[in-house]
Amino acid sequence: MAKEVAGQGSHEPKPNLPSMGNIAVKCPKCKEILYGRDWEKNLKVCSRCNHHFKLSALERIDLLVDPGSFVEVDADIVSVDPLKFTIQPPSYADKRTYAEKLAEQREKSGINEAVVIGHATIESMPLALAVMDPFFFAGTMGSVVGEKITRAIELGIEHRIPVLIVSTSGGARMQEGLYSLMQMAKTSAALAKLGEEHIPYFSLFTDPTTGGVSASFSMLGDVILAEPGALVCFTGPRVIEQFMHIKLPEGTVNSEFGLQHGMIDAVVHRRDLRQTFAKLLRLYSANLTVKA
Amino acid sequence: MAYDLEFEKPLAELEKKIAALQRKGDRLKPDESIQLQALEQELRTRTTEIYQQLTPYQTLTVARHKDRPYAADYIRLMCDDFFELHGDRTFGDDAAIMAGPAKLGDQHVMLVCHQKGRDMKEKQLRNLGMPHPEGYRKAYRVMAQAEKFGIPIITLIDAAGASPGLVDEERGQSEAIASTLYLMPRLRVPIIATIIGEGGSGGALAIGLADRVLMLEHSIYMVAAPEAAASIIWRDSVHAPYAAEGMRINAREIFKLGLIDEVVPEPAGGAHRNYSQMALTLKDTLLQQLAELQQLPVDTLLEQRYQKFRTIGKYERIQELVASAIS
Repeated sequence: MAKEVAGQGSHEPKPNLPSMGNIAVKCPKCKEILYGRDWEKNLKVCSRCNHHFKLSALERIDLLVDPGSFVEVDADIVSVDPLKFTIQPPSYADKRTYAEKLAEQREKSGINEAVVIGHATIESMPLALAVMDPFFFAGTMGSVVGEKITRAIELGIEHRIPVLIVSTSGGARMQEGLYSLMQMAKTSAALAKLGEEHIPYFSLFTDPTTGGVSASFSMLGDVILAEPGALVCFTGPRVIEQFMHIKLPEGTVNSEFGLQHGMIDAVVHRRDLRQTFAKLLRLYSANLTVKA
Repeated sequence: MAYDLEFEKPLAELEKKIAALQRKGDRLKPDESIQLQALEQELRTRTTEIYQQLTPYQTLTVARHKDRPYAADYIRLMCDDFFELHGDRTFGDDAAIMAGPAKLGDQHVMLVCHQKGRDMKEKQLRNLGMPHPEGYRKAYRVMAQAEKFGIPIITLIDAAGASPGLVDEERGQSEAIASTLYLMPRLRVPIIATIIGEGGSGGALAIGLADRVLMLEHSIYMVAAPEAAASIIWRDSVHAPYAAEGMRINAREIFKLGLIDEVVPEPAGGAHRNYSQMALTLKDTLLQQLAELQQLPVDTLLEQRYQKFRTIGKYERIQELVASAIS
């Protein structure tokens, strides 16, 4: 059976570093050495091969919304380890339990779970926002991610404002078992309600968007955008390879593949995201009256 | 039927002794006859005992048993007048999904099921019950049709997952699953989902967003196969039994968590030992659940369905977490 699932490598957290200054960064795709300051100015996109590096939720929000407009809600919701997942194979060296790993992630990343939600404006137009974080537990979805995404959607319903969800996920959070799986149903049902209210929902795929997240709320956007070269799939490349006994060229299932096969509306460079969303907000707001 | 699962060894041994005595036929001496009866009773008792205490991983082996009844078997035993619909009207027909109208007792129902294959040829044809996108799209159009005609939907879930091929990515597997998850909350007919074997992740949930979710006693429902989960958490699929236990994949545990509505009892030793009895029990259960659901006004039905999924998930405010850690 599967030895690896796309996007879920180590659960080692990547801290939100202060400004990079003259520290160098190596592009994982083309191996070019990028100088920290230039790299940041370029929105953490490789100036040589266009590889879009992962952004934390807070970095992503800064990039997209009007400065100072973001108001976070429900920042303090955390997981309760619903299955009391403490079981370990005796031979496995790392003895940390799920609860311990969560506490560490919270401390190291500065956020409490793999998604940040709230409301903001883009070119003064209000919207509800849910932005996933790829560094918190590999952006995996458990009870809290599902709950917060649902609350962001409900914010849209309550105030009659469009909803924007930025996805980045290595899939479902194993340690919460069936609770994790059910978040697919919960979030999709909330979006069905949003749709009945004729309120638009914009979805952005970033690297990686896989598994249960991809097969639920991410794919239900009225408009779906993706950053260039993002891994976008249901089944990860390694598992596809094992199932089909073939070798896939690097980057086979990505944003461009999705575009080609009719699954997404546009591939948009990071530098163009804010103005693209502004345009979409204008185009889809014809019949929306915001409720304060 | 042989007792071939690892935890059934004591039962296999008893059966060997029983078979040896039975072979004597008329030549059985009186005390041997008594012994035979005692052994048969012991076999029954031990079977029930063992099957009442299966670990999640042992349950998985029953759920995946090669002789376990599949959807087609239940349809044959429970329903009349089943007419199988084919095709998604867009691309093709997926044999992993078996769907169409039928009569369940007096009731008109629309069946949407995963069908695994029994022999090599059927397994290949049906891709081991793992649907392609066109399978989910067939499910979608059949469920939409059920709503059009006011027919309740009965789904039988039994798949390791959705098909994980490159062609499946090309044809939009994520979109196919997400679409059914977007449709099912709004369908204005009762929906009952039953996991009859393996409830494999999103591929299962795609036809599982229902008013009532049932599981057969020795079925499993999981966010990922224990082998996959073990690879992710502990970097080796050999630790699957630990993952199965940690994730609580068996019906008994899931029912305790309040995530399903009913556990449907299986004949002693598992459904594969008595197809007819299992089908009868399931049919009765489905009809009972259906009768209850049909009492509800549709708007109430939909709101309850929404709340059922809205309230799944455990979380708290960090202040509470800190407070309980201190106390």
